[in-house]
Amino acid sequence: MKLVVLIKQIPNTSNVRIDPKTGNLVREGVTSIMNPEDRHALEAALSIKDHFNAVVDVISMGPPQAIEVICEGLAMGADKGILLTDRAFAGADTWATSTALGNAIRKNGPFDLILAGRQAIDGDTAQIGPQIAEFLGIPQITCVSALELSDGKVVANRIIENGCERIETPLPALVTCLASLNEPRYPTVGRILDSVLESTPIEIWNAADIGVKAQEVGLAGSLTQVLKTFTPKGGRETQYLEGTPSDIASGIVQFFVDRQVRLGE
Amino acid sequence: MSILIQQDRCNGCGLCARSCPYQALEMLDKKATWLEDRCTLCGACLESCKVGALSGEIPTREAPDFREYRGVWVFVERQGSGFHRSAFELLGCARGLADFLGEDVSSIMLGADSDDKGFNELISRGADQCIAVNHPALGQYRTCSYTHALTHLVLKHRPSILLIPATTIGRDLAPRLARRLKLGLTADCTRLAIDPQERVLLQTRPAFGGNIMATIVTRYSRPQTATVRPGVMKPLDIDSTRKGVIVFEDVNLPDSVDVTKILECVMNIESATNLSEAGIIVAGGRPICSEQGMSVLKEFAEAIGAEVACTRVVVEEGFMSTDRQVGQTGQTVRPEIYFACGISGAVQHRAGMDGSRYIVAINRDPDAPIFEIADVAVVADIYQILPILTRTIKDYKGLSITC
Repeated sequence: MKLVVLIKQIPNTSNVRIDPKTGNLVREGVTSIMNPEDRHALEAALSIKDHFNAVVDVISMGPPQAIEVICEGLAMGADKGILLTDRAFAGADTWATSTALGNAIRKNGPFDLILAGRQAIDGDTAQIGPQIAEFLGIPQITCVSALELSDGKVVANRIIENGCERIETPLPALVTCLASLNEPRYPTVGRILDSVLESTPIEIWNAADIGVKAQEVGLAGSLTQVLKTFTPKGGRETQYLEGTPSDIASGIVQFFVDRQVRLGE
Repeated sequence: MSILIQQDRCNGCGLCARSCPYQALEMLDKKATWLEDRCTLCGACLESCKVGALSGEIPTREAPDFREYRGVWVFVERQGSGFHRSAFELLGCARGLADFLGEDVSSIMLGADSDDKGFNELISRGADQCIAVNHPALGQYRTCSYTHALTHLVLKHRPSILLIPATTIGRDLAPRLARRLKLGLTADCTRLAIDPQERVLLQTRPAFGGNIMATIVTRYSRPQTATVRPGVMKPLDIDSTRKGVIVFEDVNLPDSVDVTKILECVMNIESATNLSEAGIIVAGGRPICSEQGMSVLKEFAEAIGAEVACTRVVVEEGFMSTDRQVGQTGQTVRPEIYFACGISGAVQHRAGMDGSRYIVAINRDPDAPIFEIADVAVVADIYQILPILTRTIKDYKGLSITC
């Protein structure tokens, strides 16, 4: 059985800071991590590998330094890593990203199941999983909190508003995973050391390797364009409310009335 | 499209081969040779040649003429026999956009047995036209069936804007549809407007956990498609004098379109809380770890229409289930308003909620780190504030002031 896990390296957003003068992200001193839900997707693949005869490939797209998450994936137990890196991939929206990843998965050969995190915490779009499933013409189950494989089928619990669906679909398929799916394992020391060896099974692919034109990927291949970015107005200028409890209560209500934010249904 | 090499001009210098990032040019017998299957048409080689031996057309991009695409569409999500609240919010938003453009608003509803009562409600909330498909395969949401039906409608009617709620269903459907129809897609928008000059949809959304807002346009595809965060847009008041038309469409939907089966669907179970979609969250820390604390918190949450959530310690003490835990080891949430009640604001908790649009922090300890990221800070005991705040909100809603 062949499993493919999509992982992304992201800035650790819990310590992202904005330069108040330029309004840009301060990248200095910001650590990079594997997107949390992707780690759960990888764990799901590895626990399938624990029970079945499976091979787990991890694929990531990003700048050259994203090889760090590939190594981390291998250290957790993946068998092979593929990094898509190329200047031509830069600035991609989800259309162009899914074009690149979809072509890479196709080039990597037949698979039974693709696993990904539901969304990356830098962009929060949750679009890449479904877009790749559509690109490859396979069924998808998103927001998965439980997963079983049997007889060429996957049965998954999909969390929806106020409920949970149990969905069955034939393989090959794609699932996107929630944190509640499992508890990811830690990389072992031996595997961490192995993951940085010369002989480590990591392949690095560019646009030509996956057979796409420069105009199909990256910024040039994107269908959406970022017009501008800005820091949200009134971003966290803390306003202290004082007085009697009822003064404070009115103050809180007034705060949201002033900003035209609805309180309640 | 190809790269042409004029062999008589090529002096075999090899600059082009070195300039190519993809090894798509090779020097054979002191002449450059083009390897088509390695070439990405990036154009790097064209500038490298000093003797003018290389030529090629690098495709340029032009925005197609989209004038025949008209109308603002809202995909309305059903909930039981009625609608998800996002339906009216999106219709309200669509109305504003359509009025600016001088176009119509259409609601799109897929189902097995839609009836007239629902349509009247959609019209009274802003729709000029209700397009509906009734088909046995559309009774419950399934990705490929819904994508298939919606694809059919979009290709037939060519709207210029398509809004889909950023619910679990919408976020499953929209990217699938966008990929099928080659549409740009902006996720989870919190503001939508029309650019007065270019007349394109300005789609504004938070990124990097809400630290940055980005305004995005879709220049190369139609309809301009966006998912919209529930709880942000304002629905119109019901106006039952509004008129609209109802159109039933047929869609050919063979079983082979969707191979998934819904085996079971369990609604309203405690363990299925989806905090990430909540518009308002009322979260409690250690001080609410008592029966009284829980009831104060829940009463406030109910008054304001919020989901309750908590820190890790509250789960460990057994007062809430894990799926209501916010933070690094719990859920990441981005509501419009996050009330942090008796929460000190450890970095692990903040990691799960600092992307909230507005944060209101109530804590006895003036040095609690939660105040560093709060928009509204109240240094007080939650038991003094919450019951009165609950009453104030009830009174305020009683006055039926819309804000």
